[in-house]
Amino acid sequence: MLLFIVKRLLSSIPTLLLLIIVSFVLMHLAPGGPFTSEKDLPAAVLANINAKYGLDQPWHIQLWNYISSIIFHFDFGPSFKYKDISVNQIIAQGFPITMTYGLLSFIVATVVGVSLGISAAVKHNTWLDYLAVGISIGAQVLPNFIMAPILIIIFTLWLELLPGGGWNGGQWQYIIMPVIALSTSYMASIARLTRGSMLEVLNSNFIRTAKAKGLPMRTIILRHALKPALLPVLSYLGPAFVGMISGSVVIDIYFGTGGMGQFFVEAALSRDYSLLMGITILFGVLTILFSTIVDILYAWLDPKIKL
Amino acid sequence: MVLFNKKTMDDVVDNLSNPDLVKGSSLWQDAFLRFRKNKAAVSATVILALMIILSFVGQWFAPWDYETIDWDLMGAGKDGGQPSLSNGHYFGVDNLGRDLFTRTLQGTQVSLLVGLLGTAVATFAGLFYGAIAGFVGGRVDNIMMRFVDILMSIPYMFIIIIVMVVFGRSVNLLFMAIGLFAWMDMARIVRGQTLAIKNKEYIEAARAAGVSGMRLITRHVIPNLLGVVVIYTSLLIPSLILTESFISFLGLGVQEPLTSWGALINEGAGQMQYGTPWMLAFPLSFFVVGLFCFLFIGDGLRDALDPKD
Repeated sequence: MLLFIVKRLLSSIPTLLLLIIVSFVLMHLAPGGPFTSEKDLPAAVLANINAKYGLDQPWHIQLWNYISSIIFHFDFGPSFKYKDISVNQIIAQGFPITMTYGLLSFIVATVVGVSLGISAAVKHNTWLDYLAVGISIGAQVLPNFIMAPILIIIFTLWLELLPGGGWNGGQWQYIIMPVIALSTSYMASIARLTRGSMLEVLNSNFIRTAKAKGLPMRTIILRHALKPALLPVLSYLGPAFVGMISGSVVIDIYFGTGGMGQFFVEAALSRDYSLLMGITILFGVLTILFSTIVDILYAWLDPKIKL
Repeated sequence: MVLFNKKTMDDVVDNLSNPDLVKGSSLWQDAFLRFRKNKAAVSATVILALMIILSFVGQWFAPWDYETIDWDLMGAGKDGGQPSLSNGHYFGVDNLGRDLFTRTLQGTQVSLLVGLLGTAVATFAGLFYGAIAGFVGGRVDNIMMRFVDILMSIPYMFIIIIVMVVFGRSVNLLFMAIGLFAWMDMARIVRGQTLAIKNKEYIEAARAAGVSGMRLITRHVIPNLLGVVVIYTSLLIPSLILTESFISFLGLGVQEPLTSWGALINEGAGQMQYGTPWMLAFPLSFFVVGLFCFLFIGDGLRDALDPKD
C-alpha cells in the first residue's frame, strides 16, 4: 500500500512539470511583453524593468529560475500589474476564501448527491425516484454560471433574504448562494451516477443472497451494496473537483467573494502573466493532489485492484 | 428438428435468392428505427432543427441586425427597451440598444458552431489517437495513454483561458482550444473498444488478406467502433457548448459585436437589478432548450446504438 502511494505521488511529478512548462511557453509565445502598453516607454526604461523582473535572460534560464524559486522558496515571483504585491500575497489573500466555499460545495454535492441517488435507487419507480431523476436531468443544464444569476434574482431581488455578494469574513448568509450555485450541477451528476450503479448492484446475485438470509434492507444497503455502488462515483469525483475549481472563477466574479477566481480573470484581462501562472500552477497542484487521493482511495476500496 | 415440407423449402429458397425480398437491415438501419420510436429524442431533433433554421433565417424577418444600435433605445432599460412587436425588437433590446432577437440568433449560431467544430476536432484527434494506441498496443500504448492521463489531470479551463489571452480572442481559436482539450476522453473510450475489436476474427481475416498498418485501422477498426464514437460525440457537443458559454460568460470568449449564449447570459445577468428580465430570459431559454435537445438526442442515440445497455 505504502509503495503504491509513493509510486502514485512520484508519477504526478511529470504532470506538474508539464503544466508549468506548457503555461510558461504559452506566456512567452505571447506577442508583446507584460509591460507593453498604449503609451510607449523609453527603451532604457523598458530594459530596466525587464532586467528587474529577469525578463532579459534567455527563456530557458527564466524557466529554470521560475521552477527553482517555486520549489525551493515556494515563491511565485512578483505580480506584474499590482505594484509591490507578490503573487504569494495575492494567493494568501484569496486562497482561503476559495477553499472555504469550494470544500463546502464539494461536501454538499457529494453527500446530497449520494443520498439522493441511493434513495432513488432503493425506492425505484416511486415518486422519490422520479423526483430525483427529474432534478438531476434539470440540473444538467444549470451550471454554476446559470445558477448564480437565478439565485440572485430569487433570493436577493425578490425575497430579499440573502445578500447578493461579498464575503464578510465568511458569515453563513454570504456562503449559502455560492455553495448552492457551485454544487448543484455536480450534485445532480453524482446523484445520477449513484442511482445507476446502485440499481445495478441491487440487482446482483450477492444482494439476492443477502435478502434471502433475511437481513434487513438497511444492513444490506449499508454493509453490502454501498461500497461497490460508490466505486464509479468515486472516479467521477476527480473531474467534479476540477470542474468546481474552474467554476470558482464564476462564483468569485459573480458574488464578489474575493477568492482566487477574481484575481485570475483580472490577471487574464490585464495580461499579468506571473499571476496567471501562479494561480494556474496552484490549481494544477490541487487537482493533481486530489486525483492522486482519489486513485489511492479507489485502490483501497476496490477489491479487484491488487496492490 | 422440424422437417419443412417441400413447398416451404422452395419458398425459402426462392425468397433468399430474390435480392428484393431479403433486404437485410444493417446496424445503422436498426438503430435508426429504434431512434425513431424514441419520442423524446425525435422531438428534441425537431426542436433543434427548428432552432438552427431560425438562427439562420430569423434575421430576414427582423428589421434590425445584431450590431446596429437603436439610438432611441440606447440605455433605455425598462423604459421602452422591452420586447415589442411595434418597434421591431421582438425580444427587446440590450443595454446598448442593440436588437436582442437578432443577437440571440447570432449567439445561437456561434455557440452551436463552436460546439460542433470543437467536437469535430476532439473526435478526430481522439479517434485516431485512441485507435492507434489500442491497435499497436504494448509499450507505445503505455506511453500514449500515460500522456493522456497527464493531460487529463491538468485543469484545462485555465489553459484555455491562457491560450485565449495570449493569442487574442477569436471564434476559430476558441473552438480549436476547446477541441484540443476535449479529445482525451474520446481517446480513452476508443482505445478500450479497439482493444476489444483487434482480436476479432474479421481483423484476423483482413490481416490474412494482406491488409496492414494504417489501412487496417481506417478500413476495419474505425468503422466498427463508430457506434460508440457517435454516442460519445453526441454527449460531447453539449459539454463543449457549456465550456464555450463558461468562457464567454467570463468575457474571455468571442469578441464584440459577435456574441454567444454565454456572453448574452452574462450581459443579461449583469443588468437584471435594473428590472430588465428579458435580457436574461431569452438567451437563457435558448441555452436551456438547446442543451436539453442535445442531451435527449444523445440519450436516444445511446439507446438506439447500444441496445444492451
